[in-house]
Amino acid sequence: MASANDPFQFQEFEEAASLLEADRDATTITIDDEDTKAEKQRIAAGFIPDGDDEDRLASDDKTELLSGQKKSAPFWTFEYYQQFFDIETHHVRERIIGSMVPWPRKNFIHVYLRRNPDLYGPFWICTTLVFAIAISGNISTFLGKLGKPNYKYTPEFGKVTIAATAIFSYAWLVPLALWGFLLWRNNKAMNLVTYSFMEIICVYGYSLAIYIPAVVLWILPYEWLRWCSIMVALCLSGSVLVMTFWPAVRDDHPKMIIATMSAIVVLNTLLAVGCKVYFFSKPETLIPVEHAPAAEPFIV
Amino acid sequence: MAAADEASRPFAGLSDVSISEDIPVEGDISVPMGSSRRDDEFSTLDEPVKETILRDLRAVGNKFIHVLYPKRSSALLRDWDLWGPLLLCVTLALLLQGGSADSDDQGGPQFAEVFVIIWFGSIIITLNSKLLGGTISFFQSLCVLGYCIMPLTVAMAVCRIVLVGGSGPVSFGVRLVVVTASFGWSTFASTAFLADSQPANRKALVVYPVFLFYFVIGWMVLTFSPAQ
Repeated sequence: MASANDPFQFQEFEEAASLLEADRDATTITIDDEDTKAEKQRIAAGFIPDGDDEDRLASDDKTELLSGQKKSAPFWTFEYYQQFFDIETHHVRERIIGSMVPWPRKNFIHVYLRRNPDLYGPFWICTTLVFAIAISGNISTFLGKLGKPNYKYTPEFGKVTIAATAIFSYAWLVPLALWGFLLWRNNKAMNLVTYSFMEIICVYGYSLAIYIPAVVLWILPYEWLRWCSIMVALCLSGSVLVMTFWPAVRDDHPKMIIATMSAIVVLNTLLAVGCKVYFFSKPETLIPVEHAPAAEPFIV
Repeated sequence: MAAADEASRPFAGLSDVSISEDIPVEGDISVPMGSSRRDDEFSTLDEPVKETILRDLRAVGNKFIHVLYPKRSSALLRDWDLWGPLLLCVTLALLLQGGSADSDDQGGPQFAEVFVIIWFGSIIITLNSKLLGGTISFFQSLCVLGYCIMPLTVAMAVCRIVLVGGSGPVSFGVRLVVVTASFGWSTFASTAFLADSQPANRKALVVYPVFLFYFVIGWMVLTFSPAQ
């Protein structure tokens, strides 16, 4: 550190900022944490992931400073969790719409999250989806069995627990596994884009938002409508996920890229199809079961 | 008397000391009679038990009236209590029993499930409101959310009475109207109390979970089917 008086005098750490203020051309050594180092390497190497880099860089400088201030509370205090709820109504609305409309050059994490991942969206979207599946499944079973003589309506309240387990484990365990996997690959192959755990949870939570209208559509007992809506929802949410994680794996071995992307898509498909099969029974399969006992007395 | 004369003699010179006129030495020494009466009011140890219970019941009833006519008053927030929510929760859970849940396991919610949904739902909504930076305290919010279940409890009682008459489409239509109206009333009443504690750009983020909470409880009330 440069000093006008005595170059060998030990400088206290607090003076560094004021010294830099005084002499901006002085050489400085800064030790960053991993995220900012990856960011600077990326900028230095000339990789520009998407077209919005101008104002993204400008806001990234400010958010880097802010994120340094934000993460100071220890994790057992209330303020630590309050930093994940630092959003407004229009932010949530934009993020939900952004998760439903995949844009080729827009990366969900960079464009919408902007280093401010929240827990409000993932949690309440998952909860809404749980109740939407349980209620819609109940209504569709009721409509399917309406008119059958020996059917008695039951609210099937136990299915809420099963739906909650399935959806919350998808929305929280799969991001954990993906984050761990990306961390491992980051150590082996120098990926220059790293996502934090909260950002991955945020992407997965918001990507489930498209399923809420799809699940409500499944109330109508038409199989072609159900399969159409499931295909549309899968394509939209799957493409948002793939486009988000593409920059994180594209510098890796091609086999790893294919394995990661297909795992993301397959898990998404499994969740959607599994929910449909378990909660929404097909009306045609009920007919042979209903009429077989009645048909037997006629065989005499 | 001689002893008194002798005693007063060392102080005899004092009677000649004159006190200057400009130091006011005057006052009023009297014990104000009101303070002891105020102490009696605050100490409720000596009152009959009936009066203690009636005071709490009157407070609960007062808050019920505030829910019936929701206007932006701070009475519900200032003197919060959790007796009313407990009473309403137990009543609602009891009314939801006796359904078709006895024969098979795919029935309506059990007593414990209703309790868990109402109390854990209220706690999660309160946490959500506080994490978003609300100025309302934890128990105040629990109190408001619990008291605003009252329209849905009334709707449940009405539904059970309607179901005694029959369970066809007409009774379903009547029940649907009653439950929808009471769900709207509950949501409106609770947002009238809760919305003021949030900044304007986050009001919808706080109102939506309340909407979802009363929607789920309304769904439980509507889908109650009696044992045949």
